[in-house]
Amino acid sequence: MIAIVDYGVGNLFSLVSSLKLIGVDAVATGDKAVIESADKIILPGVGAFEDAAKKLNESGLKDLLIKLAKEGKPILGICLGMQLLFERSFEYGVHDGLGLIKGEIRPIKDVITPSLKIPHIGWNSLSFRTPKSQIFKYLKEGDYVYFVHSYYGANCSDSVTATCDYGGTLTAAVENGNVYGCQFHPEKSGEVGLKILRAFSEIG
Amino acid sequence: MITKRIIPCLDVRNGRVVKGVNFEGLLDVSSPVELGKYYSDNGADELVFYDITASNENRSLFTDVLREVASTIFIPLTVGGGINTLDDFDRVLKCGADKVSVNSGAIKNPNLIYDAAKKYGDQCVVLSVDVKRVDGVFTVFAKGGRVNTGIDALDWIKRGVDNGAGEIVLNSIDTDGVKSGFDLEMLKAVSDIVSVPVIASGGAGCIDHFTTLFKALPKVDAGLAASIFHFGEVKIKDLKEELYKNGITVRI
Repeated sequence: MIAIVDYGVGNLFSLVSSLKLIGVDAVATGDKAVIESADKIILPGVGAFEDAAKKLNESGLKDLLIKLAKEGKPILGICLGMQLLFERSFEYGVHDGLGLIKGEIRPIKDVITPSLKIPHIGWNSLSFRTPKSQIFKYLKEGDYVYFVHSYYGANCSDSVTATCDYGGTLTAAVENGNVYGCQFHPEKSGEVGLKILRAFSEIG
Repeated sequence: MITKRIIPCLDVRNGRVVKGVNFEGLLDVSSPVELGKYYSDNGADELVFYDITASNENRSLFTDVLREVASTIFIPLTVGGGINTLDDFDRVLKCGADKVSVNSGAIKNPNLIYDAAKKYGDQCVVLSVDVKRVDGVFTVFAKGGRVNTGIDALDWIKRGVDNGAGEIVLNSIDTDGVKSGFDLEMLKAVSDIVSVPVIASGGAGCIDHFTTLFKALPKVDAGLAASIFHFGEVKIKDLKEELYKNGITVRI
């Protein structure tokens, strides 16, 4: 069973539905006992880093997720959920994340061509690092996924598994052992996204 | 590279798609779920659902349909029509919408965009504008294009973006239904003054109109159309292949 961490941030409807469609048992929950008993964890999130980090911290979920990650439980962070896995973010101040991925979250305006629009919103193609991450085993170079973000993972080159080009190279996915992160939304990326979720569900 | 987006728009009344369409292999052409899935399987990058149900009593039919669409189709969904309050945002987001499009509701309540963007993020708020030239001035029309508000469209759009609208759908009443091409002049005027994505709507009649749009105005991010897709005059797959041949980045 996959536990989708529900901590009051973002819309979990599509994520739950997409896992259901591919036949994966998943439940959206904020219950620590349920999260602890799950085989795998997905950490979703939409919105501002500070608010989300605060909610994770205050609910005690932050400590639990760090503990479970260290015990080897596969965790997939999506969008803001990926950003929360990093050490810290520079979105409106400086805020601590879970520290499971070495690196920090910085504004994309620092690295993209100034005339490009922010947020980076729409379908962009993935370029994979070798060896290819397990969660991308069903994908091919150049497959398109759906992005919506204004910040990106920086100084994390050891963990990067995929990038995209938006007038500069942006981190699209990261991995550190059993901890995975996607900046884009697999649950909004059509068939390609479903393949990523399937591959994640098959890990281990 | 980020792609240009092709977006079919479906009008839904009392839970059914308006404008009977005729697709091979589709048994129920007025089912939003079946039609949405057809488009999603055939290359649509996003779907827009407009609830044109007249009475509030039948709103729940729309949300039921939306929930079903969102549990079968995994591309971004935008919902518009009858969005006047934050409760309306909440109602459709809970059913699986990713973005919410406001039009007349924002004209009636100028704080709606700001309040919604603050609560749900800029990326969630789409400002849809029906614009017509009045004495040469781009002017905002309300109530599905029937009522002249007298508001200057460029001012209105700029204000909307300043208040947090994350995308603009620009529908030219002057070219809508004429099928002679998008309103390039109007689209240029708007894309020159805003930094958020602009979606062109109104006037597409054939594949060439999309090629012309993206070549003439590289700043325009997406093309939206309804009837040419519904009636099968343009197949999204053919359209994307043609755009690709013309050097325009699309998701194929």
